[in-house]
Amino acid sequence: MTRPAQSSRPAQGPDALQRFSRSWASAALTVALGLALLFVLPHVLDDFALVQATVYVVMSILAISLAFIWGYGGILCFGQSAFFGLGAYTYAIAVTNLGDSTVPFVLAIVVPAAFAAILGYLIFYGRLSDVYMGVITLTVTLILFNLINSTAGPEWKIGTAPLGGFNGIPGIAPLNTPGNIDDTIGPRGLFELSFGALLLVYLLLRALLATKPGRVIVASKENEQRLLLLGYDARAYKLFTFVLGAAIAGLAGCLFANWGAFTSPTVFSLAQSAQIIIWVIVGGLGTLVGPVVGCIAIQWLTTQIGTQQTINSNLVLGAILVVFVLMVPKGIVPSLGSLGAALVSRLRRQRDMANVNAAVKEDPDAGPQAAKIDQAAKLDPHGETVR
Amino acid sequence: MTPLLETRDLNVRFGGVHATRDVNFTLAEAELRCVIGPNGAGKSTFFKLLTGQVKPTSGQILFRGQDISNMQPHQPARLGIGIKTQVPSLFNGLSVWENVWLAARRVNTPQQTERVTRVTLERVGMLAYRDATVGLLAHGQRQWVELAVVIAPDPPLILLDEPAAGMSDAEVTRTAELILEINQRHALVVVEHDMSFIRKIARTVTVLHQGAIIREGAPDRIMSDPLIQQIYLGKKPQ
Amino acid sequence: MLEVVDLCAGYGSIPVLYDVSLSIASGESIGILGHNGMGKTTLLRCLIGALPATSGTILFDGTDVTRAAPHARARRGMAYVPQGREIFPALSTLDNLRLGLLKTGQRPVDALERLLADFPRLKPLLDRTGGSLSGGEQQLLALARALAGNPSLLLLDEPTEGIQPSIIDEIAETLVLLRERSQLTIVLVEQNLDFIAAVSQRVLVIRRGQVGDEIPREHLGNLDIMSQYASGYA
Repeated sequence: MTRPAQSSRPAQGPDALQRFSRSWASAALTVALGLALLFVLPHVLDDFALVQATVYVVMSILAISLAFIWGYGGILCFGQSAFFGLGAYTYAIAVTNLGDSTVPFVLAIVVPAAFAAILGYLIFYGRLSDVYMGVITLTVTLILFNLINSTAGPEWKIGTAPLGGFNGIPGIAPLNTPGNIDDTIGPRGLFELSFGALLLVYLLLRALLATKPGRVIVASKENEQRLLLLGYDARAYKLFTFVLGAAIAGLAGCLFANWGAFTSPTVFSLAQSAQIIIWVIVGGLGTLVGPVVGCIAIQWLTTQIGTQQTINSNLVLGAILVVFVLMVPKGIVPSLGSLGAALVSRLRRQRDMANVNAAVKEDPDAGPQAAKIDQAAKLDPHGETVR
Repeated sequence: MTPLLETRDLNVRFGGVHATRDVNFTLAEAELRCVIGPNGAGKSTFFKLLTGQVKPTSGQILFRGQDISNMQPHQPARLGIGIKTQVPSLFNGLSVWENVWLAARRVNTPQQTERVTRVTLERVGMLAYRDATVGLLAHGQRQWVELAVVIAPDPPLILLDEPAAGMSDAEVTRTAELILEINQRHALVVVEHDMSFIRKIARTVTVLHQGAIIREGAPDRIMSDPLIQQIYLGKKPQ
Repeated sequence: MLEVVDLCAGYGSIPVLYDVSLSIASGESIGILGHNGMGKTTLLRCLIGALPATSGTILFDGTDVTRAAPHARARRGMAYVPQGREIFPALSTLDNLRLGLLKTGQRPVDALERLLADFPRLKPLLDRTGGSLSGGEQQLLALARALAGNPSLLLLDEPTEGIQPSIIDEIAETLVLLRERSQLTIVLVEQNLDFIAAVSQRVLVIRRGQVGDEIPREHLGNLDIMSQYASGYA
């Protein structure tokens, strides 16, 4: 039986950097780093800085939710802030009504997820194209904003909780130890809880991406038609991804409400939606860590700019986005990774050339041609070397 | 004996084109059929009807007696219909291994999947390329990968739309051998233009023209048919 | 017409073409035979400028175009029909063809008439959108579109793929006719031995990124021998 003719050179596959970023090693490294920060920061930062750090962490959870559904699932949702806001409002309303925060905490995750389930069902099972995903989610966010914004009067309330309209809901009761309503969480506890939640979500997503459903989700971004032709119900996987993203965003919303003890319709604003997308692009679409880095970097920058009056922070944000899209399209983390990998491979080549030169010194007959052949052989492990 | 595949008065119209006309097509279990016809005859459209990508305007499609005419696009595959499309349709950003793994994983346990993936890649001669990113492979190599993706889940009916396209003579021979090997336990419908290839594999050939079946029979009889020569084969002896 | 000297090209860190040298006279038609993965498509993409050369020179009609962008090369008279058709699915057949002659300054009506005379099979398909054509019809459209601009050099990557046998014959005849009529220079990459022998005056073999053996003229009709050359056993 004849074998098909094969090229002696296998085509390019994932390089060392890509292999590393998908390995257990990188997840373990990230979590270890995270745990280190979790334990060290509360000792190193003063109360004010710790509170500031907490909101960065909470927003990172929101960033990671979009990083997952967009970077891995291919779902460009303009409405992660809708689920974020729903999480915040659900917690606020529920804890005002119920007192103990355990059920409100759970509801803050479940309600946005349920909302996403309905919306997602309409979008994915209604076979609407990708473009409509962006339009619909953006519109939903705007609708929620306008809806909540106009609920200022005292007649607008759910149970005992007034919605507050554009004034928002002040004085939200913080999380308490389940069962003990007086043992409420303090600033340090909230930091630790938020950071712990971020690490847990990261680990959960990395684990998911290593399983079959995770691989199917990634494949659905690559080629939905082929997925269907292989018998996978792509709609169900997309819906699952969308709902999971909403649940994570809702969690972030709940923690946000705790952080400020306050929530207002700005959580549903266009600006909020846009910011999440910018964090992801700047940090690195296609990674989980990248958007976290992007989120923290941009939030920190925005805070610094906010302290002075000369430049408008939105202008700076827009400029950053333009610069990154044009000059650093991969984002911060992937670009740094590529630089690091290039540096490592350059050092390796220098070492190899040094070895060749040493060999040539010993055996003058083995000239530059021999070195070239050796080099080629390294690239060409399968067959004959080339002239 | 229920035929594996049967279409009854199948019709589809779109964009003002009557792409499939009253097609009555029957295929037995483990039968190998070649479908030929001029460009635009409706061969790929016929395949799309079978896989659920296109819905018929009228008529029925029966797979092992079950009506699959109006199923969701992922369901015919679950019943056991695999297809290699005319234009390679793969997960271009993923590796060769992962593409086949995903195909096999739906019907196998994780351990079985590892074995099936490796064996299938060996069968098509692409195991050495297991880590290569599919999007960067040469055209013909992508064809091999897609073949592997299609046979990995072991479907009883395999549709191949121009499997020899972009392949050299040696590769075409290998493809023919592989198809005959697969035919030992699977039914295949192969659309092709390469007559020497069809001679190697076909027992029965169906000819489509302007959406309808105009001839069906043994390859030699079809190729010497004057109408077929006029509309399709041309003047050179095939 | 086309002079290629020591061309090297690749993808990222993987080199594909090694010191490729070619010399093609105006009005000459050469075929390039080779198995998959040997660099055929890479060579054509490099010639049209879709892939940058890592070293070497490409001279087109005396001018160094090695660093020129694809659209600059197209303006100079290079046309390319890629593997996989790449017609515009949302545009009609007619509009696809019109785009082909957009930058040439010819009067559309005259040019289209001449084009359709060479490709009568496209006449009934003019109003159909590119995406609704069958694979083979799209291949014909891609070829016609490339020729719409009256190029002096035509680069073809497996143009017979997916086309029925009788139309393959017609295309071969059309290409030979065009070559004789307008001095069209043709570089043809193909697996179909019949077609390559019918259209090409010289056939070169590409193997592992290098263009080497030329198949002697007397063997150009003998499919077995040609196949052996392609596999590297002759």
